[in-house]
Amino acid sequence: MQFGIFSVGDITPDPTTGVAPTEGERIESMTRIALKAEEVGLDVFATGEHHNPPFTVSSPTTHLAWIAAQTERLQLSTSTTLITTNDPVKIAEDYAFLQHLTGGRIDLMMGRGNTGPVYPWFGKDIRDGIKLAIENYHLLRKLWREPVVNWQGQFRTPLQGYTSTPAPLDGTPPFVWHGSIRSPEIAEQAAYYGDGFFHNHIFWNKEHTEQMVRLYRQRFEHYGHGAADQAIVGLGGQVFMGTTEAEAKRQFRPYFDNAPVYGHGPSLEEFTQATPLTVGTPEQVIERTLGFADYAGDYQRQLFLMDHAGLPVEVVLEQLEILGREVVPVLRAEFDRRRPAHVPSDPPTHSSLVAAGPDAPHHLVEPAKARATEGAQA
Amino acid sequence: MTRTIVVLTAGLTVPSSTRLLGDQLADAVATAVSARGEAVSFEYVEVRELAQDLAGYLTSGGIATPRLTAVREQVSAADGLIAVTPVFSASYSGLFKMFVDALDADALNGMPVLIAATAGSARHALVLDHAMRPLFSHLRAVVLPTGVFAATEEFGSSGLDDRIARAAAELANAVVVAGADHVAGFAPDPTARRRTSGNDLAPGADFADLLRGHSG
Repeated sequence: MQFGIFSVGDITPDPTTGVAPTEGERIESMTRIALKAEEVGLDVFATGEHHNPPFTVSSPTTHLAWIAAQTERLQLSTSTTLITTNDPVKIAEDYAFLQHLTGGRIDLMMGRGNTGPVYPWFGKDIRDGIKLAIENYHLLRKLWREPVVNWQGQFRTPLQGYTSTPAPLDGTPPFVWHGSIRSPEIAEQAAYYGDGFFHNHIFWNKEHTEQMVRLYRQRFEHYGHGAADQAIVGLGGQVFMGTTEAEAKRQFRPYFDNAPVYGHGPSLEEFTQATPLTVGTPEQVIERTLGFADYAGDYQRQLFLMDHAGLPVEVVLEQLEILGREVVPVLRAEFDRRRPAHVPSDPPTHSSLVAAGPDAPHHLVEPAKARATEGAQA
Repeated sequence: MTRTIVVLTAGLTVPSSTRLLGDQLADAVATAVSARGEAVSFEYVEVRELAQDLAGYLTSGGIATPRLTAVREQVSAADGLIAVTPVFSASYSGLFKMFVDALDADALNGMPVLIAATAGSARHALVLDHAMRPLFSHLRAVVLPTGVFAATEEFGSSGLDDRIARAAAELANAVVVAGADHVAGFAPDPTARRRTSGNDLAPGADFADLLRGHSG
């Protein structure tokens, strides 16, 4: 199982000092956080992508390449890549290039983005969000799988005789996750292609996470990629740890109370009850996190949100030490213990996809369709 | 079969004239439904009791407490709604609107709604028609023609009783008719939008439908 962190990349003033990092400081701190993730034994670092203040993370492949150059085995990912407003042609190029630079240590998570004005700034309309995600991703799959692409869709200039360069590393496109908090269409999309489904998990009642993951698993099986419990699931989580629960809450509360998204709303206690947020001892975090599998099933990737709401980078680095050295080793062992043998422990990686060979379903634009056609002929 | 009507009241004091009007409307509806040989039960939602749940819901991007989740379900499952707000600054109260904002966009599709309001002065009577009626029309509810506005002084007049009786008869009629599956000989309207609390995941489309026209 993979464990890691995902960052939103926000610049938020520290509510206890009123001081906000500069853009340069925030970018540098994200790099330090990613390097620390590898140092303490975490598997994945995922960066957000935003194109408006107070965020800095407008150029994920630039940042991930810089981190890759300073790490050995950290898997680099996104949380999320905007499949709606980015040109899929540029995504195909950028991430194939990043595959080559990193030796295949990358995957991506597709997301739509929920900031209305970003869409018109990039010539799009948020009301087309789902359609953009469907069409652009389908084109992206073709660009990574067909040597020459002819294309005409609703949203971008047609392509005639276009070849995306560089081709994916070892002719093997990166593994893709689809992230959505509340759109069943995206769970359906992930299931159709046999891709991974990631639920952010931390911004909504956990009952909804359970429903979304169940839908994805049922449809994954429906499209013939395997049994429902073999579908590739990732979940978010949010923790803050201290030597005692009271100490953790005392330290984290001002950040919680003023956090973007939910600050000045529900109390820390209410939010803890409704969502996976856990503020307490490492043991409490372990127990709560293991409980995720009780309603989402055995899953393959757990990402924690650690650096947000203005937490100073030194505090985040300390938290990562606890997470990597005390919490994750126990989670790894316990999740391994409860997972049935037929359920994959990890999501596909570049090496596992290469090992599966060029005839594996991963290399088809529409594996479910090919399977249905085969079934009809048999 | 027993119809269920939710009485949504947004009064702030106990007792409140808003709740008093809600009670009178419910009594009158009960009488009117019984007169048709049918049964009705009432469920009361006092928005004041949900004030903190609503503040949390609206400031957290939609995280509902178990209590708010239950009320959302209750409202969408009802056969009819009596909505009573006090008038604050020439409109429904902010708290009342917070509750409506916490409902799913499809929560009231086709639901018969009796609108009512209370105020200190009769000069606010048009709040029903410039604020309440468009609000519920937007939510695709069936807003009954008669709304009931009660200024404080009217609790001592017979004119209010008449309006309550007329509005109650309209709601009773709408609820009894709508509660029947469909008029004999006519199939249910296939274009009608399903009513949903939004608590559960909407049914997803098949991917073939989503991809149609987008596969290049």
